Amino acid sequence: MYDFNYQKPSSVADAVNAMKAASDGKVLAGGQTLLPTMKQRLASPSDVVDLAGCGDLSGISASGGSVTIGAMCTHAAVAGSSDVKGAIPALAAMAGDIGDPAVRARGTIGGSIANNDPAADYPAACVALGATIKTDRREISADDFFTGLFDTALAEDEIIVSVSFPAASKAAYEKFKQPASRFALVGVFVAQGSGGARVAVTGAGENGVFRVSAMESALSGNFSAGALDGASVSADGLNSDIHAQADYRAHLVGVLAKRAVAAAG
Amino acid sequence: MPTVSMTVNGKAVSGEVESRTLLVQFIREHLELTGTHVGCDTSQCGACVVHVNGEVAKSCTMLAVQAEGANVTTIEGLANGDDLHPMQEAFRNNHGLQCGFCTPGMVMTAVDLANKNKNPSEQQIREGLEGNICRCTGYHNIVKSVAEGARNMGG
Ligand SMILES: Cc1cc2nc3c(=O)[nH]c(=O)nc-3n(C[C@H](O)[C@H](O)[C@H](O)COP(=O)(O)OP(=O)(O)OC[C@H]3O[C@@H](n4cnc5c(N)ncnc54)[C@H](O)[C@@H]3O)c2cc1C
Ligand code: FES
Ligand code: FES
Repeated sequence: MYDFNYQKPSSVADAVNAMKAASDGKVLAGGQTLLPTMKQRLASPSDVVDLAGCGDLSGISASGGSVTIGAMCTHAAVAGSSDVKGAIPALAAMAGDIGDPAVRARGTIGGSIANNDPAADYPAACVALGATIKTDRREISADDFFTGLFDTALAEDEIIVSVSFPAASKAAYEKFKQPASRFALVGVFVAQGSGGARVAVTGAGENGVFRVSAMESALSGNFSAGALDGASVSADGLNSDIHAQADYRAHLVGVLAKRAVAAAG
Repeated sequence: MPTVSMTVNGKAVSGEVESRTLLVQFIREHLELTGTHVGCDTSQCGACVVHVNGEVAKSCTMLAVQAEGANVTTIEGLANGDDLHPMQEAFRNNHGLQCGFCTPGMVMTAVDLANKNKNPSEQQIREGLEGNICRCTGYHNIVKSVAEGARNMGG
């Protein structure tokens, strides 16, 4: 890891200013992705701006049919939150199944979605639940936020403040784990919310999370696993790597989508 | 160079570090507490697990400066003089280690697990140890050790 200038501002506004002033700044949340990346010298920021001092980023609140999670909330905090468990139990369960206890104790929702790893869990939850990502300067819908492999709509110096999830009447996440990393080989998040049925897939797409519109229309009249009989996704545009071929991933999408709908009840 | 101050195993410590100094380097090289191990240095193996403000952390995946002001417990902080901590004792009783390299991280993770769940099932223990890799034991005796340790911690 190359050395850098470490800063720990005490507000989001100061953090944005520190990022603007830095020649190549990176914000640091839980560090569970950024620090390994810096060790490998895949990232070598001039300045690391630690958000841990911004006290306004770690609250969770439920109101008006939605739950809002501060960007610095850890996976463990989300998994254990009674507000999240009450509004969207599937979201709490998903957070409680990320990585391992040490990763969950430090890794955050903000870091996870800013990183947009194509095998990460949160992008699927955000897209399926129709979340809104609030930054220091604007609100971005999840559909517009995840723009590609490790790519998001965020500007270089833009900081996620919170993520709001509208409660869904039914929701569930099914993840087929890559057993060594515990990331999703394929993960499917299904939700029935005010905007209708949504099916979001992570782990499979070359460009990260995507929705399956054929499955969404099949579910919109009849939210049951049976409605997905015969629904399949094409292997085109899916990942092939040492862990699984694209056609295997495509098959898993169908299996996991049905399981998720069944689990959502 | 940044200066960091924290409490490690109940003692106030401080030192000059680089921004990039990892917490595990500070613990091993500055404080010379070498019980905390580095197995992978890639956030996978859990040999470096310590407690930071009562939560488990892979100390190879945390900067020393991030622990400024924190309360840190390492494996050296568990025993009370010559009396091993109940979780350490349980690993000894159940042959929960062979080479011992993974053991400090296993024990620190296990203590955290038992603090949060006084009577963990075998399944919960196996899930709780997902971030700790052992190349020797096949885990069976580690799981037995954690169950006994949790019971003896007053579960
Ligand atoms: C062993 C292991 C297993 C894992 N398993 C899983 C898994 O099963 N599923 C899964 O989804 N993830 C998994 N992860 C990743 C984990 O969830 C990370 O915590 C997460 O990807 C990054 O969150 P972080 O808080 O650590 O972010 P950091 O590493 O601190 O930052 C990641 C990136 O996000 C940026 N960033 C952070 N916060 C903000 C913000 N508020 N605004 C703007 N940009 C920001 C940073 O600049 C950086 O580019 C695993 C990680 C490890 C080490
Ligand atoms: S040395 Fe830290 S996880 Fe392996
Ligand atoms: S006892 Fe040797 S690695 Fe676990």
